[in-house]
Amino acid sequence: MPEGGIGASVKRKEDFRFLTGRGAYTDDEVRAGQLHAHMLRSPHGHAALGSVDTSKAEAAPGVVCVLTGPDADADGLGGLPCGWGITSKDGTPMVEPKWPVIAQGKVRYVGEIVATVIAETAEQAADAAELVEVDYRPLDAAAVTETAHRDGAAQIHEEAPNNLCFDWDFPGEEAAEAVDAAFEAAAHTARLELVNQRIIPHSMEPRAAVAEYDKGEEKLTLYCTAQAAHAMRLLLGAFVLNQPEHKFRVVAPDVGGGFGSKVAPYAEYAIICWASRKLERPVRWLGQRTECFVTDAHGRDHVTEVELALDAEGKFTGLRVNTVANMGAYLSAFAPLIPTFLYATLFAGQYTTPAISCNVKAVFTNTSPVDALRGAGRPEATYLLERVIDEAARATGIDPVEIRKRNFIAADAFPYQTPVALLYDSGSYERALDIALEKSDWNGFAARRSASEADGKLRGIGIAAPIEATGAAPSAIAGQLGARAGLYESAQVRFNATGTVTVFAGTHNHGQGHETTFAQLVTDKLGVPLENVEVVEGDTDRAVMGMGTYGSRSLSVGGSAIDRAMDKIIDKGKKIASHLLEASVDDIEFDSGTFTVSGTDRTISIGEVAFAAYVPHNYPLEELEPGLDEQAFFDPVNFNFPFASYVCEVEVDPETGSVSVERFTAVDDVGNIVNPMIVEGQVHGGLAHGIGQALMEGAVFDENGQPLTGSLMDYTLPRADTVPSFDLDHTVTPCPMNPLGAKGVGEIGAIGAPPAVVNAVVDALRSHGVNHIDMPVTSESVWQALQSAKAS
Amino acid sequence: MYDFNYRKASSVEDAVSAVTGAEDGRFLAGGMTIIPTIKQRLANPSDLVDLAGVGGLTGISVSGNTVEIGGMARHAEVNASSEVAAAIPALARLAGGIGDPQVRNRGTIGGSIANNDPAADYPAAVVGLGATVRTNRREIAGDDFFTGMFETALEPGELVTGVSFPVPSKAAYMKFPNPASRYAIVGVFVAATSGGPRVAVTGAGPCVFRVAEMEQALAGNFAPEAVADIKIGDDDLNSDIHASAEYRAHLVTVMAKRAVAQANG
Amino acid sequence: MTSTVSMTVNGKQVSAECEGRTLLVQYLREKLALTGTHVGCDTSQCGACVVHVDGISVKSCTMLAHQAEGCDVVTIEGLADGDTLHPMQEAFRENHALQCGFCTPGMVMSAIDMVNRHDTLDEKTVRHQLEGNLCRCTGYHNIVKAILAAHPVMKGTA
Repeated sequence: MPEGGIGASVKRKEDFRFLTGRGAYTDDEVRAGQLHAHMLRSPHGHAALGSVDTSKAEAAPGVVCVLTGPDADADGLGGLPCGWGITSKDGTPMVEPKWPVIAQGKVRYVGEIVATVIAETAEQAADAAELVEVDYRPLDAAAVTETAHRDGAAQIHEEAPNNLCFDWDFPGEEAAEAVDAAFEAAAHTARLELVNQRIIPHSMEPRAAVAEYDKGEEKLTLYCTAQAAHAMRLLLGAFVLNQPEHKFRVVAPDVGGGFGSKVAPYAEYAIICWASRKLERPVRWLGQRTECFVTDAHGRDHVTEVELALDAEGKFTGLRVNTVANMGAYLSAFAPLIPTFLYATLFAGQYTTPAISCNVKAVFTNTSPVDALRGAGRPEATYLLERVIDEAARATGIDPVEIRKRNFIAADAFPYQTPVALLYDSGSYERALDIALEKSDWNGFAARRSASEADGKLRGIGIAAPIEATGAAPSAIAGQLGARAGLYESAQVRFNATGTVTVFAGTHNHGQGHETTFAQLVTDKLGVPLENVEVVEGDTDRAVMGMGTYGSRSLSVGGSAIDRAMDKIIDKGKKIASHLLEASVDDIEFDSGTFTVSGTDRTISIGEVAFAAYVPHNYPLEELEPGLDEQAFFDPVNFNFPFASYVCEVEVDPETGSVSVERFTAVDDVGNIVNPMIVEGQVHGGLAHGIGQALMEGAVFDENGQPLTGSLMDYTLPRADTVPSFDLDHTVTPCPMNPLGAKGVGEIGAIGAPPAVVNAVVDALRSHGVNHIDMPVTSESVWQALQSAKAS
Repeated sequence: MYDFNYRKASSVEDAVSAVTGAEDGRFLAGGMTIIPTIKQRLANPSDLVDLAGVGGLTGISVSGNTVEIGGMARHAEVNASSEVAAAIPALARLAGGIGDPQVRNRGTIGGSIANNDPAADYPAAVVGLGATVRTNRREIAGDDFFTGMFETALEPGELVTGVSFPVPSKAAYMKFPNPASRYAIVGVFVAATSGGPRVAVTGAGPCVFRVAEMEQALAGNFAPEAVADIKIGDDDLNSDIHASAEYRAHLVTVMAKRAVAQANG
Repeated sequence: MTSTVSMTVNGKQVSAECEGRTLLVQYLREKLALTGTHVGCDTSQCGACVVHVDGISVKSCTMLAHQAEGCDVVTIEGLADGDTLHPMQEAFRENHALQCGFCTPGMVMSAIDMVNRHDTLDEKTVRHQLEGNLCRCTGYHNIVKAILAAHPVMKGTA
């Protein structure tokens, strides 16, 4: 067996290219004769749009054309589509206003495109954009999550009274009654009002796109920063551009991070495709960071009231959640899914709470649209649950560890049906928590707290026990819940004649290491040396089909498709081997790259079989096609359920309110692990993202919808000196629902870290009378909390 | 980014005539503020006149009780200078806390003080040490140099050639950085100088300012407890998403106290 | 108005016509097709564009091409010797200090400059010295590890 199979911390195949400046990102694509697009954007959060006079701009040096909303209408462009429908509690479908690619009649958020200037150079396009004369009539805005649906708020879309997109109850009336009964019978209750603030994705590579239309072939090619090339093609081609799928190629080359924000189709991509088709020249657009700040789909933005009922022993008996979720000005592709099925289905967490119900009101506001962002719904669910549990621990006087242990779903209770639709397949929650407690030296905390106090500091410790549902899929369930697409994954495994292997996958690698881990799957199963395997992703003309990379799905869904395709390769290989070895196919065994006639020493390597398949001189052509090239789709029957236990320790400077994360211990269970090095890296990144949300990040808009955090000067990202080194461990509870036993790992850190950090901060401040503090926990918010506690 | 004419000056005179002769000429020192500003189309000068080739604007020297820093000295040079570290360690440390390593490698003291960003670090040192700003035309007392938000006593065609810092008996700078930009939310420079204690505050208000009450208290007792209970009014302080005026006022006291403690070693 | 700007890039003498406003990073990417240096922000903070000019690290998005006239510039493309990586590149690979790869060129260039400027390094110093470089993938954990690992190799004390 060659080295580098499943379980090996193989160094990444893609690293040489990135480390030597050979990465090929969208902005590195240069086309002969290319034009540059500049997007003129609304400076108003809400305004009536009068005339857009482009005449001066059109006459400016280098300008080829200026496109406006009416031009898009005249050319029959559709609006940006939404990929998920939600039904309100009264049975009506969600309100789904048209999202034109260029504003018409009104602008509804700062950054909305009002005109596009296409010129010979990027600077000429930007220069000319200043000459476009736009007649705006500013309107009152509704930009605040809590108040946008109240009477008197400015009306953003005519078809959405009170700016309400949907008003959704889950799981339904019966559950709500059971929850009411639990509260009536409760020995204790805990209640929190909390904000899960809006955050900005900020992948390091700004969004970018290059479109090229070939009139001779009537074919459009779009290079863009996408996590899901096929989905981008489908959504843009069918709904916006009316470009037939077979005449539309989307390529997502190297992509510098996505975190969910590069899944949705964006107006800029549609516009440059349209312009390229119109002008028959390549057109490119590179997002400036300040543009990306207001136009990359934002994440989170919930205001929530959560209540937990407990019996006298501290067992959770009921959970009630009321949330207002901010959609932004329009519905981005998966926005309605996030505060609903990706959110409320996680309210059981790792616990046996028997009765759970929630109401979610989704509202439009004069702010940037939101969509999936690392975790997408699951961080919001985990945060409220793990926070209210700590509040319940305080209310009951039960230790935060003990209260969780009393309520964990037992390791022998799986499969476990939660009251919020999910069927958990496996888990071992207490074990993970015990390891985390031991590794974090939970018992030594008191001594560390004393040492901090001697230094004038407050010290706190907090835990969080997150769970998530990853691996979206399954299509049938998703369809019942409102998905407008399938959620399988596809892969093709092709042996080349000389024995090397090319894997075509429908997922996309933008940091996750697929080029390495997917090759490891092939090495492990087919015995082909790692260097002889190439993984191709992100090109609709090369990978047959695919739904892309998001929701921590690539290994468990896409990797499983590769595994299935390899099963087919082995099956066919056995037939070829049986012919070559002159044995019955039932007697052929395959292991580590070699076919053997059972019970003999007669063998043939898979490389030789592949050669015979492509040079079929001695081959059963009447029974078997030549070639060794198989495709598989995988659509799992259920999600998978990674879980973790995190312990965070913080120190607070009570004079300034500064918080520093001193220790962070993470014990994750992501099922079987293909490459431990890569899995740890994914956890590190997720934890930093979560610490960022807990302590630093927050998109702020004023009441007019003006963004106040429009650049890195005002929006705080985690830096090397504001996050700690992490202490990691893992348990392995294989997922029984896919052939690899794998679960997702890309988001769990971002899901579990925020409550762990905030619980630690609240623990530090508890002795001063502080029981809750909202994210981001800034120095000033801590200082103000201490001042108010002192005053009362 | 707007276009402009780039000119490289060979001497101070050449630079001044290039700037004054242009429609809207600006000096280019390190470029750490003006280049991003033009890039974002927030400024549109006709000409940028690069001072990098002008002789006599660089260099750091210590003689007697004075540290002389050339207008084009980079923050990294001031930070790494063993002479500065020996004479005024607080100044070397302050320079090492500006921006990030790459900003420090390009940014200059002349550019920084001429720009007078209300949250910049150097103005606190210039005022806190009672330095003298030297220009191509005159010498300006540090106390008179910074006149308002992004405003200085510099006249058109006048450029900073250097800054003279008198060596204090002790000094320290304590900064509470904006977590996003790393500029000062509040930075307090305290020094025991021959003319008495000085306390200069940056970041908190529209322009660097001194705190007379703290200076008087320190004159009696140069110790943290002398300033620990002195609260400054927050009426004229900045208030933004990063810090309210009330919080900034509080931080001035805390940073002053900590700076005095550090100055005392 | 354009004029010729000449400099040495990765050991080669180069010249190109530039406007006054042409940034060094545009010169490298657009005139020389050296696309390893990236642009990740427009406020001089992310550090994806860091290159070395006359031996020190600078943000090439905040320096005019004209300001680099006659200078010796090294970019990410100038570090490896054929297939042999620079010790810092090797340490990044060995320690999984990169994921999407976008911040990586600037990170590596800053890291090399950091090692050049420090006889000794500890975790706290490395973290502080990385102030000018942002990464959204790695949580910095492995980047810090890689720099600490490369330091003795570059200093010849490994």
